[in-house]
Amino acid sequence: MNVTLKIWRQKNATDKGRFETYEMKDINTHMSFLELIDVLNEKLEMEGKEPIHFDHDCREGICGSCAMYINGRPHGPMKGTTACQLHMRHFKDGELITVEPWRARAFPVIKDLMVDRSAFDRIIQAGGYISVNTGGVPDANEIPVSKEVADEAFNAATCIGCGACVAACKNASAMLFVSAKISQLALLPQGQVERQRRADKMIAQMDAEGFGACTNTQACSAECPKEIDMVNIARLNWEFVKAKMHSKAIEVDE
Amino acid sequence: MRLESKTPEGPLAEQWTKHKFNLKLVNPANKRKYDIIVVGTGLAGASAAASLAELGYNVKAFCFQDSARRAHSIAAQGGINAAKNYQNDGDSVFRLFYDTIKGGDYRSRESNVYRLAEVSVNIIDQCVAQGVPFAREYGGLLANRSFGGAQVSRTFYARGQTGQQLLLGAYSAMSRQVANGKVKMYPRTEMLDLVIVEGKARGVVVRNLLTGEIESHSAHAVVLATGGYGNVYFLSTNAMGCNATAAWRAHKKGALFSNPCYTQIHPTCIPVSGEYQSKLTLMSESLRNDGRVWVPKQKGDKRSPQQIPEQERDYYLERKYPSFGNLVPRDVASRNAKAVCDEGRGVGETGLAVYLDFADAIKRDGMETISAKYGNLFEMYEKITGYNPYETPMMIYPAVHYTMGGLWVDYNLMTTIPGLYALGECNFSDHGANRLGASALMQGLADGYFVIPYTIGDYLAGMPYNKIPTSHEAFKKVEEEVRTRLKKIISIDGSQTVDQIHKKLGRIMWDKCGMSRTAEGLKQAREEVKKVKDEFWHDVKVIGTDEELNQTLEKASRVADFIELGSLMIEDALHRNESCGGHFREEYQTPEGEAKRDDENFSYVAAWEYKGEGLPETLHKEQLVFENVKLTQRSYK
Ligand SMILES: Cc1cc2nc3c(=O)[nH]c(=O)nc-3n(C[C@H](O)[C@H](O)[C@H](O)COP(=O)(O)OP(=O)(O)OC[C@H]3O[C@@H](n4cnc5c(N)ncnc54)[C@H](O)[C@@H]3O)c2cc1C
Ligand code: SF4
Ligand code: FES
Repeated sequence: MNVTLKIWRQKNATDKGRFETYEMKDINTHMSFLELIDVLNEKLEMEGKEPIHFDHDCREGICGSCAMYINGRPHGPMKGTTACQLHMRHFKDGELITVEPWRARAFPVIKDLMVDRSAFDRIIQAGGYISVNTGGVPDANEIPVSKEVADEAFNAATCIGCGACVAACKNASAMLFVSAKISQLALLPQGQVERQRRADKMIAQMDAEGFGACTNTQACSAECPKEIDMVNIARLNWEFVKAKMHSKAIEVDE
Repeated sequence: MRLESKTPEGPLAEQWTKHKFNLKLVNPANKRKYDIIVVGTGLAGASAAASLAELGYNVKAFCFQDSARRAHSIAAQGGINAAKNYQNDGDSVFRLFYDTIKGGDYRSRESNVYRLAEVSVNIIDQCVAQGVPFAREYGGLLANRSFGGAQVSRTFYARGQTGQQLLLGAYSAMSRQVANGKVKMYPRTEMLDLVIVEGKARGVVVRNLLTGEIESHSAHAVVLATGGYGNVYFLSTNAMGCNATAAWRAHKKGALFSNPCYTQIHPTCIPVSGEYQSKLTLMSESLRNDGRVWVPKQKGDKRSPQQIPEQERDYYLERKYPSFGNLVPRDVASRNAKAVCDEGRGVGETGLAVYLDFADAIKRDGMETISAKYGNLFEMYEKITGYNPYETPMMIYPAVHYTMGGLWVDYNLMTTIPGLYALGECNFSDHGANRLGASALMQGLADGYFVIPYTIGDYLAGMPYNKIPTSHEAFKKVEEEVRTRLKKIISIDGSQTVDQIHKKLGRIMWDKCGMSRTAEGLKQAREEVKKVKDEFWHDVKVIGTDEELNQTLEKASRVADFIELGSLMIEDALHRNESCGGHFREEYQTPEGEAKRDDENFSYVAAWEYKGEGLPETLHKEQLVFENVKLTQRSYK
């Protein structure tokens, strides 16, 4: 099959950037979308031109590295699929495919399709953990967790930190990402002790990073490659209310 | 050079406890005077960085991805072993030890493996405390599954995403220490060389991948946790960025490299579909719990699988290995797949595939049960191939997956360079000539959470606190070497892309130093790789400069190291005149075609010493002593 690629090229953070168009001929439909970019890059390099820079590593939909809009949608047209797991058989012969980096204030463009998502790491650092040191913990089976709760926590924990939720949201909100982590830990008995503190701190960091507010458009969940559920956002809102009530209580105590 | 394994004396079961008691301690108040560099944030590195920081050391951690959470450990699917015996099926520390030694075809150190089995139980406790959502039974307790090479059910799992959940646990523990100011994290930073001062590892030279700047970092000890080197083969199940650079540079600076020829070929991967293929995808081995492996009895049978009646199918693993059946260890399963394909009974367009069939399991347990166990794997398979495994058997073929070889380490996980440690897949320590499924995650976390926090103290306790400034001439010299090398690569401006050269290397290694090897093939490969090296250094084309973000240069620099390591793998494979585990030399096999070891002459760890550009490496041997298990011909019949 043949396709035309219209790809965003931007030399660095300060460059204005522009689209460039590339004709791709005789593409094998079993190829993944990133392999298509590999093929293009080989061609560019042979012509002495700079290859397209993009983040990628596992190519199995699990590391969360790959990140790009394909035809205006984060990770492209397939539901529940990262760009690296998207195959050319899902495109039409002769199709024009537009490729762009995430567009969000908190994810500045580094080069071409690469963006800086370190804000996500800082949100986790703010409180996305259970504070236990190595060693001195109870036997694993001393903390029973019902299968339903374990499964729910697992569903939230499958977030790969790709940022598609932010990219999909017109407000560039990070609520789905943040809520997935908070839900995972709030659902489990191990996460109870720090529950309120955690929600408070992670949300404060999220705001500090310049992510937008959530207006419940649900685009995030619809475009999330791991199909993280909106219910997590509802849980987060609840956690947040409780966190606020709790911190007020502490202020009074002190 | 004498290799001192520092294996403790005394009965196996008491060695680690005794050893821990004998290790020197650093007083809690003094720990903050020591700086430790941890390169790599996979399971081994992240768990080490978190644990060392919790103890009070100052840690600097490095990874080349944009976030520590994306280390390749994230991709591990199937599970993690631990001798919990929660299933009451006869498991024990000794049995896990025994299975690992046997699975490794008697080419690993008893003491290390026993310790691994011993701390395995603590790992599960630790992960659960962190909130890792392992699979559970309805009663609320942890669930287990079985894996190849074992007859007990000891594998803990989180659907098909165990590595992801374990890594996020370790990453969150490390993130907590970042917030505490005890870990300084350097993502998108690649270690390009080691700095040695007065015979001790004292720092690293790194490249900031965003700016291209070459920088130095100084510390009292350096821990490498940089993963495996399967990407020597170009096509493997490893992530695109997995590389050998850190370990290889350490090797060139004096760290011995062990058993490089022990590579694991995983039996259940999605077959290659074309030239453009950039990597191979693993289908978790846990699938062999319920899937049945078969090919047509008839050569060249082109009928669709559904059209082939039961009596014309050859369930060759069940036929040849009645007691382990489809759950034979990986090396055995892979070799048998190759054998039936070589006979012309392979399936699919290329004839390089076998079926993995779930029809019977679905009939027996129902669609729902099978989908609960393997749903995400089936989905992944369908995404990649376009076929639905609920309806038509999967097609699988072996692919390079894991490297048992790595930097030589003693019982304390220290390499032959004082102050340089190696953890996780980048060392050689625990899996002998073949790793059992679900044991790499176990080893990475054992090393990081439960071994290095003890053993590094013993070394640091004898070190003065003084810091070496990065303006020291040793740092400046290495920085210069690194810059010169990168500039050299850029300046070649030849006619082949990095991938083209890498593919050539991969092809040679796969054909001649892959699933089965011969002396003749290896000798040819030796010459061919020499040629590839020459082509690289005269004809590679890298666009851009070294003083900016340049992904092609990153790849090129890694490929240059893969080429050199490839040569050493070939030498190692050639010298080991026996078959063991993942190293199968066609000249050495039993009449039934099984690997034939030569314990009399090869019961040792090969440890290679770098001698300089273009010179042959020197072989050192660490003799393996078995006091607790009897060496037998591995049999899974
Ligand atoms: C697809 C797949 C599935 C698997 N499934 C299982 C399983 O079910 N069970 C099991 O036990 N094992 C499994 N394994 C094996 C297991 O995942 C790995 O062996 C293990 O995760 C390796 O962990 P590690 O910490 O040693 O290295 P990695 O996780 O590979 O981490 C390496 C780290 O080093 C960094 N790094 C590397 N080089 C440099 C450098 N030069 N400078 C700076 N940083 C560097 C990287 O950024 C990364 O952070 C699987 C492997 C694959 C490929
Ligand atoms: S919630 Fe979904 S879209 Fe957002 S970072 Fe996680 S996996 Fe990506
Ligand atoms: S490359 Fe890892 S998720 Fe796409």
